Amino acid sequence: MALLEVRRLTKRFAGLTANNSIDLDVPEGCLFAVIGPNGAGKTTFFNMISGFMPPTDGTIAFAGETITGLRQDRIAAKGLVRTFQLVQLFKGLTVAENVEVGFHLATRGGVAAALARPSWFRRQEADVHARARELLGFVGLAGVADQDAELLPYGQQRLLEVARALAAKPRLLLLDEPAAGLNAHETDALAEVVQELNRKGTTVLLIEHDMALVTRIAHRIAVLDFGCKIAEGTPDEIKRHPDVIAAYLGTEEAAHA
Amino acid sequence: MTSHASTSTSPVRRGAPGWLGRTGYVGLGGAVLIALLFGFVFVKGGYLLTVMQLAMIYGVFCVGLNFFMGYTGQASFGQNAFAAIGGYGSAILCVEYGLPPVLALLVAMAIAGVAAVVVGWPTLRLRGHYLAMATFALGLITYDVSVQWESLTKGYMGYAGIPPLGIGPFEVEDERAKLVCLMVILVFGLWVSGRLRNSRFGRALRAISTSEPGAAALGIRIPYYKLAAFVIAALYASVAGSLFAHVVGFISPEVFGLQMVVVTFTMLYVGGIGTVLGPAIGAIVASLLPEIVRSTGRFQDIAYALLLLGLLVYAPKGLSALSGLGRPRAAEPKPGS
Ligand SMILES: Nc1ncnc2c1ncn2[C@@H]1O[C@H](COP(=O)(O)OP(=O)(O)OP(=O)(O)O)[C@@H](O)[C@H]1O
Ligand SMILES: [Mg+2]
Repeated sequence: MALLEVRRLTKRFAGLTANNSIDLDVPEGCLFAVIGPNGAGKTTFFNMISGFMPPTDGTIAFAGETITGLRQDRIAAKGLVRTFQLVQLFKGLTVAENVEVGFHLATRGGVAAALARPSWFRRQEADVHARARELLGFVGLAGVADQDAELLPYGQQRLLEVARALAAKPRLLLLDEPAAGLNAHETDALAEVVQELNRKGTTVLLIEHDMALVTRIAHRIAVLDFGCKIAEGTPDEIKRHPDVIAAYLGTEEAAHA
Repeated sequence: MTSHASTSTSPVRRGAPGWLGRTGYVGLGGAVLIALLFGFVFVKGGYLLTVMQLAMIYGVFCVGLNFFMGYTGQASFGQNAFAAIGGYGSAILCVEYGLPPVLALLVAMAIAGVAAVVVGWPTLRLRGHYLAMATFALGLITYDVSVQWESLTKGYMGYAGIPPLGIGPFEVEDERAKLVCLMVILVFGLWVSGRLRNSRFGRALRAISTSEPGAAALGIRIPYYKLAAFVIAALYASVAGSLFAHVVGFISPEVFGLQMVVVTFTMLYVGGIGTVLGPAIGAIVASLLPEIVRSTGRFQDIAYALLLLGLLVYAPKGLSALSGLGRPRAAEPKPGS
């Protein structure tokens, strides 16, 4: 049984079928990539899996449990955490505080605990504080922990969003174009972080435009085009797949030639 | 604008603890200024005491409103409704039912809290302008009820003869003692606010204020936290209403009317929305300004408006941002990025 099992997932927007009966299995431990041209329906696919958009049809099972139609925070609580194509940082908070918010699910205590500050709560806050800094170290942002998040350059904002998602201890991490807008150096840094966290046991489902990056790090790739899954396989299989070359690589390589 | 920009960004950079640069001195200066102000008011007495008493009461209201509007970033134009519940609750419970003031205050708070849950549950699903409109309607409805339900509220005439605050045989009747009492309550309210802000709970609220999708994706139950912030704001508002009733001894629908919404918004923005101390600073400053401009005679409204405008232009993040006291949000993008 795969960790994520998507069956016949379909999304229609007035007249437009953004996702057309997509089947996908993401095995535990896999670094899985979804690629496809602009408007292929990749983000829509993520939005449905993470509960940000109800599917028109189809089912989503996570760790053997149906999660179709659950609220976003319930899905996150089950260990399925996502990032966004447009960075969604908490702007009034420092870099470290952003990651501390990520520990929300892993911690407890509300108003009463915050007021009374019993010893378990103080320990927990200290722990969150320390572990947030550890995670920032992991993505290479330790030096800017106390800065305001919105003052970070764009590349670091993306890394921060990944660190924040990791704090939620995902079993499956959905990354929506985490390398979009990054320069070559930042992309390498990000790729390393993604590979490293995958090695540490987090299953990753990654949307990415950068073919070179995807074929380098992904174990398995699915290709969407006009809302349909047109191919799935290992990076080598995908690179050779005629439909993929026509729909995606072909146009890109033609553009680069 | 440019010269101002550089002075207002610097406090925003969070220095190491114990660092006392220019911003630290501004904070220290502010604290000294407030101490001097209270000293002066205590010595001088008279009308200024009343002004400061009301400033403390509005301060309590604003510290609560800040939970919802500042930390959580939602708009409410109707929090005065809960102040009315507090005020009328205390008045009626004390005068008609002979409850001691402290108990009446607590009962009124409980009623306001329940009302906030009942009203907030459906409305908080609305977003942006719709939520603002719904809360605005709530304020108007409460005003109408307090005018129309004469058997309960005495309508336009208002409710008089409300006993002063007190515990058992001790009644706080001296004006200076009242002010001290209110100061203690406001400081307690600030303590609660600061403690909640810098905790798991407060971080969740502040996350919601800038990115709801981001917060939801990390497992934060957005409707629950919005409701919690709304109810906390209502509890503070209710306390403010009760305090007004006991300190002034008289309430009427106008006390909790639209004027209150306008005044408290001004205070929140002047002091610094989203900061811990901002609402209290704003309440004091916005209460004193009319007294300061009074000398300008018939131009006082214009002078007041100009002063407010000046404050909002030159301290757009509020006065507390000038000191770095309230840990303000940062703003300007890093040069060259
Ligand atoms: N909320 C919506 N309402 C209507 N149409 C939508 C909505 N969201 C997406 N679409 C449409 O669905 C299609 C797929 O969009 P989607 O954002 O999923 O593509 P994508 O593969 O993520 O593209 P990109 O690579 O540009 O991010 C597009 O044609 C888009 O315009
Ligand atoms: Mg997309």
